[in-house]
Amino acid sequence: MLYLDHAATTPMRPEAWEALSEFKEVYGNPSGVHATSRAAKNRLEVARELAADLLGAQRTSEIVFTAGGTEADNLAVVGAALATGSPGHVVVSAVEHKAVLESAGFVDRLGGHATVVPVDGDGLVDPAVVAASVNPDTTVVSVMTANNETGTLQPVAEVAEAVRAVNPATLVHTDAVQAFISEPVKVDALGVDLLSLAGHKFGGPKGVGLLYVRDGVRLEPVVHGGSQEMGRRAGTHNPMGIASMVAAMKATVADRAAFRRRVADVRDTFEADLAAAVPGLAVNGSLDRRLVQHSHLGFPGHTSETLLIRFDQAGLAAAAGSACQSGAVEVSHVLAAMGMGETEAAEAVRFSFGWTSQPSDAKVAAKIVTEVLGVLA
Amino acid sequence: MKVVVAMSGGVDSSVAAAMMVEAGYDVIGVTLKQWEDADGHLPTAGCCTVGDAEDARRVAAQLNIPYYVLDYVEEFRRAVVEPFGHSYLAGQTPNPWVECNRTVRFKALLERTAELGGDVLSTGHYARVAWHPSGYQLKRGIDSGKDQSYVLYMLTQQQLERIRLPIGELTKPQVRAYATRLGLRTANKPDSQEICFVGDGNYRDFLAEHFPETSRPGRIVDATGRQVGSHDGTSGFTIGQRRGLGVALQEPRYVVDIDAPTSTIVIGDRDDLLVKGCIVRDMSFVTGRPPLETAIQVKVRYRSRPVAAQMVAVDSGWQVDFDDPQAAVAPGQAAVLYHRDLVIGGGTISSALR
Repeated sequence: MLYLDHAATTPMRPEAWEALSEFKEVYGNPSGVHATSRAAKNRLEVARELAADLLGAQRTSEIVFTAGGTEADNLAVVGAALATGSPGHVVVSAVEHKAVLESAGFVDRLGGHATVVPVDGDGLVDPAVVAASVNPDTTVVSVMTANNETGTLQPVAEVAEAVRAVNPATLVHTDAVQAFISEPVKVDALGVDLLSLAGHKFGGPKGVGLLYVRDGVRLEPVVHGGSQEMGRRAGTHNPMGIASMVAAMKATVADRAAFRRRVADVRDTFEADLAAAVPGLAVNGSLDRRLVQHSHLGFPGHTSETLLIRFDQAGLAAAAGSACQSGAVEVSHVLAAMGMGETEAAEAVRFSFGWTSQPSDAKVAAKIVTEVLGVLA
Repeated sequence: MKVVVAMSGGVDSSVAAAMMVEAGYDVIGVTLKQWEDADGHLPTAGCCTVGDAEDARRVAAQLNIPYYVLDYVEEFRRAVVEPFGHSYLAGQTPNPWVECNRTVRFKALLERTAELGGDVLSTGHYARVAWHPSGYQLKRGIDSGKDQSYVLYMLTQQQLERIRLPIGELTKPQVRAYATRLGLRTANKPDSQEICFVGDGNYRDFLAEHFPETSRPGRIVDATGRQVGSHDGTSGFTIGQRRGLGVALQEPRYVVDIDAPTSTIVIGDRDDLLVKGCIVRDMSFVTGRPPLETAIQVKVRYRSRPVAAQMVAVDSGWQVDFDDPQAAVAPGQAAVLYHRDLVIGGGTISSALR
């Protein structure tokens, strides 16, 4: 199987596997007084320190570990909105991950108010438009670092600056889940107060993530219970998953520059080969501001549902829209927000490369895609 | 040879898939997403639920075949749900399974089969496709109690050539035994008689919500036009219905006519129900042409026995004259023509002939 669905999830890196190995012995609950707990607590705090460092955080206490990116997004949006005592106003872009969009919807249902900011045909938000929707009640603005479907990179730093010019008290959150593997994600450069990561998108395990919370930012927890994570996220820690994720973070940052060159090469060759073979091939999203690993393509006259099944039969894993509970492909809210019609949106397929991608993958993938299109023609 | 098997998550289509695997086919399992709840997800109650799709997925995994969910929500809405409502609006009694087979399963999905790389399509229907020097035949399933050939009457030669119905050769107990032998999780799953878009609610609630005109109160009258009661919508009635009339009379009374425009239900005794024949529209024949023999058997409901009749072409379709008067002939239902085990064809009853 040629795996080109790294944006959905990517294999765990050797460093992440390696980090798991000692936890057969280190089984303690970090929240205890004895040596067994201390051993686990130590691993947890070493990981926290490293994560803080890799993100350019000022203090280790700015890292809150969660059970994944979705929880981190929920904590950022809902937690910030509720921290002021009453649900305030939140602003999100129309192309956010459902974890952010639905959290904004939840704030709205709680009696707050959510504004969804549109994007242009390339999938980009305009910082001025975001700022224009900010008012004195706006508690948090959430604009993703890069889109999980198209790979379009948002001008997060510009958004943060524009938002603060209107309301300095408004928090800025970015979901950097998709971007971290290939973009230099640093909290100060991005100018954000809150930032979400998910371990499994960059070679860590599933079910673990983190939220960067700038020192001094108050959040209402969304998971209630014990006082773990300084009262911001209850529940027994997952030291094994956290250590493994942070090992993957470290490997990701070390490999990033090489990853960008390597993967951009594979992706560009793949697209060039296909463009030559497929008349009318569309590349969706911004071409100038795009993650190196994403290739979001439109195949006129073909539905992605059929293409994905054909690709799967031919040994190529790709994706379209977002898979729902049943596994059927749903029309993407991202493409709809970009003004794409239903037919065009249903023709879109996402190919995403990753740290295991080989230079030869480009030619092999282009050949499979071309052959499938040839059979269907 | 590659086959696409439509898997509902029930035991019949599970066994159909298993039989195709055992027969040496290269099998792809698919579940059609035909209906979704307001949240855009598969229903959680009734039939065609998330749980059913999960059962199909697990069976496919056990059979080691690829499995996909295909989105047919729009096609299904257009081709099955809307005609279902409009049929009730016209005072008729539709058969949504027939429409689903006609337009979704054996048209859209059959066309899709080739696109997905399949040579043939297989389903878990109790009916048989047989090759004969004169052409493909559609026959009743071996299990007469489970036979589903009635809802497949519209299949043509071009379709039958590319359809495999493996469980038509088995009885229901044999199907369950087959599933048990393979340890399929669906082996003891109860049969579903539900309409997927109705969920586990009453189909009248569905009509009231989506086609409110079917739920207009109206009068119940006897054959002379005298009002004997009232009702809250014609959709609650079908020709031949005896229960739930809400009318207290000494003699058993049946619905003999539904006049949707005036929202009037006409009731009568059993003799009033008997009709000599019916007019059938949109007739199709399995061989592609009408039979030479005009003496046929006809089945006017899914759950009724075929009865002897004569058929003749008329301007508005075909006239079917029963040898003996028949009760409960409801416009909107399918009239399916048989010659013993062979399906000759069928169409939609447009009116009864008194």
